[in-house]
Amino acid sequence: MTPASAAGAPSAPAAPKSRRSVTGTRKAVAALFLLPALVLLGALVVYPIGYSLVRSFYDQSGDGFAGFDNYRALFTDDGIRTALKNNVIWVVFAPTVATALGLIFAVLTERVRWGTAFKLVVFMPMAISMLAAGIIFRLVYDQDPDKGVANAVWVGVHDTFAQSSAFPKAHPGRESPLRAAGGGAFITKEPVRTGQVVTLPLVGVAPDLMPDDAERAVAARPEDGKITGTTWQDFTRGKGVGKLGGVDASELGYAGMKIEAVKDGKVVASTTAAGDGTFTLPAAADGAQLRLPADNFKEPYNGLDWLGPSLVTPAIIGSYVWMWAGFAMVLIAAGLAGVPRELLEAARVDGANEWQVFRRVTVPLLAPVLAVVTVTLMINVLKIFDLVFIIAPGSSQDDANVLALELYRKGFSEDRPGVASAISVFLLLLVIPVMWFNIRRLRREVRR
Amino acid sequence: MRSTSSTTIRTRRAVRIRAAATVAAGALALSLTACGGDDDKDANGGSGSGDKETAASVTLPKLDGESLSVAAVWTGAEQKNFKQVLAEFEKRTGAKVTFVPAQDPIINFLGSKIAGGQPPDVAMLPQPGAIKQAVDKGWAKPLGAEAQAELSENYSQGWQDIGKVGGKSYGVYYKAANKSLIWYNAQVFENAGATEPKTWDDLLTTAQTVYDSGVTPFSVGGADGWTLTDWFENIYLSQAGPEKYDQLAKHEIKWTDPSVKDALTTLAEVWGKKDYVAGGAKGALQTEFPASVTQTFTGGDQPKAGMVFEGDFVQVNIGETKAKVGTDAKVFPFPAVGDTAPVVSGGDAAVILKDSKAAQALATFLASPDAATVHAKLGGYLSPNKNVDTSAYPNDVQRKMAEALLAAGDDFRFDMSDQAPQAFGGTPGKGEWKALQDFLKNPEDIAGTQAKLEADAAAAYGG
Repeated sequence: MTPASAAGAPSAPAAPKSRRSVTGTRKAVAALFLLPALVLLGALVVYPIGYSLVRSFYDQSGDGFAGFDNYRALFTDDGIRTALKNNVIWVVFAPTVATALGLIFAVLTERVRWGTAFKLVVFMPMAISMLAAGIIFRLVYDQDPDKGVANAVWVGVHDTFAQSSAFPKAHPGRESPLRAAGGGAFITKEPVRTGQVVTLPLVGVAPDLMPDDAERAVAARPEDGKITGTTWQDFTRGKGVGKLGGVDASELGYAGMKIEAVKDGKVVASTTAAGDGTFTLPAAADGAQLRLPADNFKEPYNGLDWLGPSLVTPAIIGSYVWMWAGFAMVLIAAGLAGVPRELLEAARVDGANEWQVFRRVTVPLLAPVLAVVTVTLMINVLKIFDLVFIIAPGSSQDDANVLALELYRKGFSEDRPGVASAISVFLLLLVIPVMWFNIRRLRREVRR
Repeated sequence: MRSTSSTTIRTRRAVRIRAAATVAAGALALSLTACGGDDDKDANGGSGSGDKETAASVTLPKLDGESLSVAAVWTGAEQKNFKQVLAEFEKRTGAKVTFVPAQDPIINFLGSKIAGGQPPDVAMLPQPGAIKQAVDKGWAKPLGAEAQAELSENYSQGWQDIGKVGGKSYGVYYKAANKSLIWYNAQVFENAGATEPKTWDDLLTTAQTVYDSGVTPFSVGGADGWTLTDWFENIYLSQAGPEKYDQLAKHEIKWTDPSVKDALTTLAEVWGKKDYVAGGAKGALQTEFPASVTQTFTGGDQPKAGMVFEGDFVQVNIGETKAKVGTDAKVFPFPAVGDTAPVVSGGDAAVILKDSKAAQALATFLASPDAATVHAKLGGYLSPNKNVDTSAYPNDVQRKMAEALLAAGDDFRFDMSDQAPQAFGGTPGKGEWKALQDFLKNPEDIAGTQAKLEADAAAAYGG
């Protein structure tokens, strides 16, 4: 009957009657059309949420009711607490920094000729998957300056101001006349006398890493009224120490090694070894101990520990910003296009400088867009997983932990699905207010 | 990088050796026998096994028309080589065997197969824990009399026992891994005039010599916690002895035990010494296992380190460098810390999931020296089978590793962290992994490390 009346609907006079029947039809048809979507939504979204909720009240095996135990674990487990703390850091910093950068890019690119090209470049990281970006940044932050760009730059800057030394790994060998003097320096055990020949053998520098001006070491000759000696690498390639404490044929001198004579804690004389490792000190050094100061042995600067416990979260946030600043920029640029030019012009005519225009006119006009971008990014950041999982090395994964990662670890590697479900429910609760805010805002926009 | 590292973890778990050290001749001979027409041959009765293999030590039933499936996580060359072993089985019995590639963790893979009603007939399970799980769930079927007989003839008691659950044999450890090896850069040792050490003290002397020559002695892949647990396990097994090792593995003694303190103190003699570990503790903690191997075998006279400790699967990563195993990259067994050198091992056991004559026959075959010899010739494989002639191994390095494994007799022990609950022994940034990483960072804090290990262990074993 309904289809027939529906077919007859177009006839104008019967309008009130047919409308009633059309409404009836609509309900049935609407339900019919909605059904596939509802089934999918139910099976893929509602059911899993419901099941997670139920599962979070059961114990590890899923057989026994656990009450709120899993939720209690949520707030007592150290790992989860770190994750929670890190998530807060993420939510506060990542969206704001990304939005701020996006705003700056958007405003600036509007002014330049090649703005579109620039935007394209900034947006490009969005085309890469999180996983690939993670792998890229794992390399960027590599500790070894030869591999990691971040440390290469950092070390480059550092070494411009502070040179590293020539013999970073040199150290006294067996039965050495030297002992450690603290702070990385070495000092002779006995005081030296004039006319004496001093040997200062060290080991631990590979022949290829010797300074270029190093020559075969030569045993020094005694000189009256002076102290002479040799400092050299007491190790022959392939043969070991050779004659212990004696200069062997192919052993190299420590060219440029600084030597100080120390008496009662004061430096009375100092010198530098020649290419063959020999050195001479004046009579003033008589009775002093010879010290090889620590700056001979300074380790080469190795850069920052980007992925170490303290810097790992900021480092990963940096990679996130690299990816998402482009996204923020594109949305903000779209918003900017809608800002009435006259207002900006008017402000300029009124004598506002560029900063004032930006601060007092552009930003307030963009506020709704900025809010949407920030909130969208916040939702995105709450579930951050892949970047942390990939970039943080196993040793600092605990320090970089976030809720989504902890969820995965608890659920799949520790086999504690109850706790994992509790974390997922908790995450859902965290996302809901942000979502609600976003939806309300969207509604208001539509109404306007 | 994570992706590679997690594969490595799996590599260790499943003890996969992908080294393509295939001996061409052996492979050729086998592929010839494996190629078509074997059905006809088998139609001529059991003579097939009689005329070809003089060394056939195992009698297998005629299984014409039967078909079998075998699941394992092996890929690449490892899978190819294993298929040749299966081909040999086909040739001898007339059964048809298909290889089912599985994913890690295989126990979950099998779970879905069983739920789907199509379990493979035989599966290769890596850990004793996995076998137990399969038995508890009623998936695994006990070995029959023939397989048992073969097992007791060819395997030392220790290898038989780890395949047992509740006194019944379920698993045939077909493949083994030797995790008590130290690989070294031959050039570095030559430059330093260093020699292969036999004892821990020798090792320290060797390390000092290498250090004196200007090369950092050890490379440690500290970003992956499992390499650190393997260090500890080797020292502990050798120093405290197998009984204590078993007790600790079951958490019958606490981690605060003095024996653990001794082992950590010993460990600190390497980890705690300035410049003994490549990149320092911080650098090591960011070095993943594959990188820890490659940095030892690249860089000419000046590699980042002279030695790297880990199992036979290190070969796979050496394969990524230009170094050649046996000439540029050499190996010596982990030195004895206590009275005897430790042998910590891993392995894959064949477990029957669908009981049939054919499945039993395959288990029997895999327990025999015949199967192992076929596989050994192809390289990249170690057998715990004591009746395999070590001359079957294609090179000296492989032979040395196999001999060390067999020489341990019943004193070898299965990887302790693999026996522990996952939360303690197998989770990045947690439990034993994390505690030892912290210990690497601060090797002076022995008591604190012990306390942390015990607290984590108590939580993991108790819950």
